[in-house]
Amino acid sequence: MAIQDTNLTSKSQKKTLQKSNKSSKITSSTAMLNIMYLPALILFIVFIFYPFIKGVAISFTDWDGFSQGYNWVGLSKYKAMFSDPKILNTIKNTLIYGIGSTFFQNIIGLAFALLLDQKIRGKGFVRTLVYLPAIISGLIMGYIWYFFFQYNGGAINDIMIFLGKEPVNWLENGRRAVWIITGVNTFQYLGVAMIIFLAGLQNIPRVYYEAASIDGASSMAKFKNITLPLLMPAITVSVVQNLIGGLKLFDVIMAMTGGGPGYATQSLSTMMHSLYFSGQDAGYAAALGNTMFLIICVISISALKFFRSKEVEM
Amino acid sequence: MKKKNTLYQILAIIIALIYMVPFYILISISIKSPMDTSSKWIMPSYIYLDNFVNAWNKAHLGRALVNNVIITVIAVVATLVIGACASYPLARYKTKLNNFMYTLFISCMIVPALTILVPLYKFVVDIGGINTRWAIILVHITFSLPLTIFLFTGFIGSVPRELDEAALIDGCNRFQIFFKIILPLLKPITSTVIILVGVGIWNDYQFSVFFLQKRDVATITVSLSQFFSQFQNDLSYVAAGCIIGMLPLAVLYMALQKYFIKGLSDGAIKG
Repeated sequence: MAIQDTNLTSKSQKKTLQKSNKSSKITSSTAMLNIMYLPALILFIVFIFYPFIKGVAISFTDWDGFSQGYNWVGLSKYKAMFSDPKILNTIKNTLIYGIGSTFFQNIIGLAFALLLDQKIRGKGFVRTLVYLPAIISGLIMGYIWYFFFQYNGGAINDIMIFLGKEPVNWLENGRRAVWIITGVNTFQYLGVAMIIFLAGLQNIPRVYYEAASIDGASSMAKFKNITLPLLMPAITVSVVQNLIGGLKLFDVIMAMTGGGPGYATQSLSTMMHSLYFSGQDAGYAAALGNTMFLIICVISISALKFFRSKEVEM
Repeated sequence: MKKKNTLYQILAIIIALIYMVPFYILISISIKSPMDTSSKWIMPSYIYLDNFVNAWNKAHLGRALVNNVIITVIAVVATLVIGACASYPLARYKTKLNNFMYTLFISCMIVPALTILVPLYKFVVDIGGINTRWAIILVHITFSLPLTIFLFTGFIGSVPRELDEAALIDGCNRFQIFFKIILPLLKPITSTVIILVGVGIWNDYQFSVFFLQKRDVATITVSLSQFFSQFQNDLSYVAAGCIIGMLPLAVLYMALQKYFIKGLSDGAIKG
């Protein structure tokens, strides 16, 4: 009942707000103000919209990236992509980087947030520490973890040797390396999810928990019926942000494996880089870029819709 | 209840330890002589500062640091000015045109910069912007603007209109309202934007690696990656370079952590 009541007042408040918005007059002098967004608009046109359209055009050509001449090849670059095992593997890796790290970041991030919301000594310090990797460049973070996983004198192999086992070439196996990179990305940006969840948790009124306690609800029931539904807006933000971040993963891969061995750990971002600069196939790289754009749009918008639909009003 | 709290306390300590391990290893490698092949987990009893000297000189980190500061400061200031100006009409005068513009600007948030890399790179080559600071600054500004405009319009929307109207009656025109009334009120959200945008630009590798290939203009990440491919077998040098590279932001973060965490969570919640 309490939830419904607050719901009603907030809706009626919104309505009065909208009315006052409409009542303010828009005169011709205010149209002059639009020149204030002209610089931004020009930058968007020059550096985003124009290249975007140009990119679609390039993807229909066999342009090599530097010479003057090129031929129109229609959709053949796109067709080639879907029968190219390298690209299919790259798409698969990208999905693992994106969805895999989003999954772990949110589950572990939520657990950390719940823990650090308790009365614990030094929790501010722990939060600061968990967030620290997120403000360090992905490239540097990648190098740091490279020191752990490298074959010769890597920190993990030092342990293996200490335990009397054979050292392992961790990054040599592509499948394993993909998951290691996913793990590193999770480690680095876990703090972001945690901070979002902590802020969300602090927005939940204590009264709800007190009322539930009086009704004799278990802590599991409280989590399921109060915390989780009211945390949904924070979950939406965190999931979508992590998805976009993970699907375009670039610097950690460049630092740890450079996309190798072979093409085993390439993501769409790094693959585009190597097709354009080493492979000299700009048309193919552009087609890949457009595909990546579509994949990220479809996944993040459907995630946004899905999680938004689960949100309840407080 | 008490038992539970002890358990939580222990878990928190374990998390803290896990998050210290990478930095422990990094420091241990960076102060070890390259000849020292002992386990990375053992801190040496000496400090081999030559690693840092080597990294500083051979990776040209001094120049890289200067480049980073120039690029980040100019790009952040320009983003703030252009973003705040753009947000005012979009937040206050919601005509059909302005609503369309707002949606257009905000939808750029979802376009990952890398997907248009090929045409963007070609364009920057065509305008003679490769290996120049101004081109990367312009690119950084453009890709920082959607989030900036989003945060600023949200914030301006929450400023009561009565303030504008009072100022109008006092004889301010609409531009003066922005500069005299709205702009000074934007302080809290501005620190959020500076942190979000500043950290992103400072750490950038995806653009810098393409647009700044010459040593004179290279930023820290680019210099470090060139250094790494050159000295892959001398990890002590690379580790020392990593420490120098991450130190400025890490120190700033530690000193201003309250602002950072508040800014970042505000940015995320409203984002």
